[in-house]
Amino acid sequence: MKTNENRRGNETIVSLPPYIKSAIELKNITKRFGHVVANSDVNLKVNPGTIHGIVGENGAGKSTLMNILFGLYKPDSGMIYLNDQAVDVNSPEKSIALGIGMVHQHFMLVPTFTVLENVMLGNEGSMFLKSGEEFVLNRLKGLSKNYGLDVDFEAIISDIPVGMQQRVEILKALNRGAKILILDEPTGVLTPQETIGLFDILRSLREQGVTIILITHKLKEIMSITDTVSVMRGGKVVADFSTEKTSPEELAENMVGRKVLLSIKKPSLKLGKKVLEVKNVSHESKDGVNVLKDISFDLKEGEILGIAGVAGNGQSELLDILSGIETLQRGQITVNDKTIVPSQEWNSKKAREFGVAHVPEDRQKRGLVLPFYNYENSILGYHRNEEYSSGFLMDKRKILNFVDDLVKNFDVRPRSSSISSGKLSGGNQQKLVLAREIESNPKILLVGQPTRGVDIGAIERIYEDLMKLKSKGTAILLVSVELDEIMSLSDRIVVMNQGTIVGETNSSDATELDLGKMMSGLEQV
Amino acid sequence: MLESLQLIISLLDSTIRIATPLIFCAMAGIFSERSGIIDIGLEGKMLLSAFVAATATFLTGSPILGLFAAILASCSASLIHGFACITNKGDQVISGLAINILASGLTITLGIALFSRGGQTPPLASEQRFMPIEFPFLDQMNYVPVLGDLFVEVISGHNILVYLSVLAVFFTYYVIFKTRFGLRLRAVGEKPEAVDTAGISVIRMRYQSILIAGMLCGLAGAYLSIAHGAGFGREMSAGKGYIALAAMIFGKWNPIPTLFACLLFGFLEALGVRLEGVELLWIGEVPVQVMQALPYVLTVVLLAGFIGKARAPGAIGVPYSKEG
Repeated sequence: MKTNENRRGNETIVSLPPYIKSAIELKNITKRFGHVVANSDVNLKVNPGTIHGIVGENGAGKSTLMNILFGLYKPDSGMIYLNDQAVDVNSPEKSIALGIGMVHQHFMLVPTFTVLENVMLGNEGSMFLKSGEEFVLNRLKGLSKNYGLDVDFEAIISDIPVGMQQRVEILKALNRGAKILILDEPTGVLTPQETIGLFDILRSLREQGVTIILITHKLKEIMSITDTVSVMRGGKVVADFSTEKTSPEELAENMVGRKVLLSIKKPSLKLGKKVLEVKNVSHESKDGVNVLKDISFDLKEGEILGIAGVAGNGQSELLDILSGIETLQRGQITVNDKTIVPSQEWNSKKAREFGVAHVPEDRQKRGLVLPFYNYENSILGYHRNEEYSSGFLMDKRKILNFVDDLVKNFDVRPRSSSISSGKLSGGNQQKLVLAREIESNPKILLVGQPTRGVDIGAIERIYEDLMKLKSKGTAILLVSVELDEIMSLSDRIVVMNQGTIVGETNSSDATELDLGKMMSGLEQV
Repeated sequence: MLESLQLIISLLDSTIRIATPLIFCAMAGIFSERSGIIDIGLEGKMLLSAFVAATATFLTGSPILGLFAAILASCSASLIHGFACITNKGDQVISGLAINILASGLTITLGIALFSRGGQTPPLASEQRFMPIEFPFLDQMNYVPVLGDLFVEVISGHNILVYLSVLAVFFTYYVIFKTRFGLRLRAVGEKPEAVDTAGISVIRMRYQSILIAGMLCGLAGAYLSIAHGAGFGREMSAGKGYIALAAMIFGKWNPIPTLFACLLFGFLEALGVRLEGVELLWIGEVPVQVMQALPYVLTVVLLAGFIGKARAPGAIGVPYSKEG
């Protein structure tokens, strides 16, 4: 046990002397993985005591760059300066010792451990847990009070909400004495309220002199909290701005490299007849939890119904039941005037026969067989159609003809039917799944998280496709945890919390704050 | 009455003798698997170290040296396992199986080459083995009914390794749940990324864990050939490594419940030996194979329904790699 390790973290964080020009400076960082250049000649400078945003599409090299700064990856070339001094960050151990803390996108917490054990890990204070626990606990109580980081130290990680898990991550970094804090996509898993809470914490950290780097793809967040911002594209930093002097449009343009339409042109609402009616549907999971309680709603031709809610409040189960993946336990569903009750056969084959298409939430697990070629994935679920087969055998020529058109019409890149789908980017995988489902001419399209992990450019295209489908009269049920998306695409919004519908509103009347309150279960409307 | 008491006491006595190598191996398994490394090679390490213990003892005349040689051999096997599946990220089950096959072949080949006795090592004299330790006050205890008999027959009169195995259980419990090392070890088996980002080397943690496992397997092997037995016989581990693995799962990777699982399996085997050739009321003679299969059947049945889900460490069997 080194004594200096003991003391670190007890010190109050003080501002750096004024002659320090930059807290972090990266010079000419280059990193390759095999043939792929993840970072190419990157330069970045962050002033002490500021919040610096880094935006960029997936694969732009943001996370790689931060992993280099945190010592997880070794750069092939380039220099790192902290407080104007050249440092060699070759391991997380080293970077932690230098005062860098990182909150990863996927939390680095041991799910079976308590909060305290997780915070202690790597800085236990003693060979033996008992004496170490007391020591760390005392320090934590101080930190948690100073920064408004409320957590129950005895709780098991897997039992607490993600918002609190994130606070544990921040505490972990502060406990190790972090003066530079890197947050990688911190708001992806949070409710709007939790996001506000996080930003309050970040501001109070900034006041106490902590330098913060915030990686995100949400431009609104960049605008609301950062002081400066860098845009990354194709492994390079392509622009630096002072946040005051830029706009979301300008940032988006730099991210994609061309002008992007951030607003969606909604076609006028032309409601047809009712095509889907869900009545009193309840569902019990395998563990005996009531994941859906008495759900009822309906959907008309040409309408988009958005289902908002924090992930894990029953939306996934609802999609599974409607698409026939799960059996219907209680209640009834009416699809195109055909009513399904629990005793009847209901599976995904049946659902497709009834005109229900499904773009699943997890496209890699359920939407595609990743090692399959595009032409195989493009007919998955529709492979029984006569047009793809001649009797017993599949007709590869016909399939290829169909798929060649498909990837062209829906702009799936690379435009090849004979590349394995696992090699496509997230956005292009999504376009492929969407194309397949749209091409089946559904009456009802169920869409789960259409833009999760998808680049801005591809998002634009996916939205366009959905709007085209809507104006053709297809009814769309949209499940998403992105409130912006729900609000801008839907005609009507229902909010789910703990398996029930807690509110319904027209999207023209909806405000983010109201929806957020409903999502967190605080308010019923 | 007296006869059945005698029977029970002698059953318990053999239970402990049979359970000792199981306990060492199961604790080894806990150390290894809690750190995320599947250890199907317990069997092979035990066999190898049994052979090395007997050989070294025969050559040097000292069981202490034999024991150290056994530990060394077992740890080398652990290192091979580690090099294959920690450093080179190979499949842990395949590597473990390879160690078992290697040990099985190597011990016989070397045994024949060295001693020309069909794979056996020469018998060891009493002073070349760990002999039973008689506790004090045995004579006085003989006069105490039941408890006295238990003390004399079951508690006292085992060799030092038997007592060490009990210590090993508490050692395992203490290290895993009460020390910094244990916290890191459990974390590395559940979520190695968390350990890496906390500035601790995942690779080093896992090597340390499998080396401790190697030491414990070495003790198990030495017990077989230079304490319980008086020399090495081919394939003398006879599946005990697998039973220990079953006991570990049965005990949900926790040392204390695993100890009881080992004792239970030991008892079943003792019972099997006792029942060999005995006509049971209504059932008739029970084939010895049925008794041998009982531990496995029991594990499957109990795991399937009665003791709830045995949750393996989260990252078990998954090699750790930073990039992707």
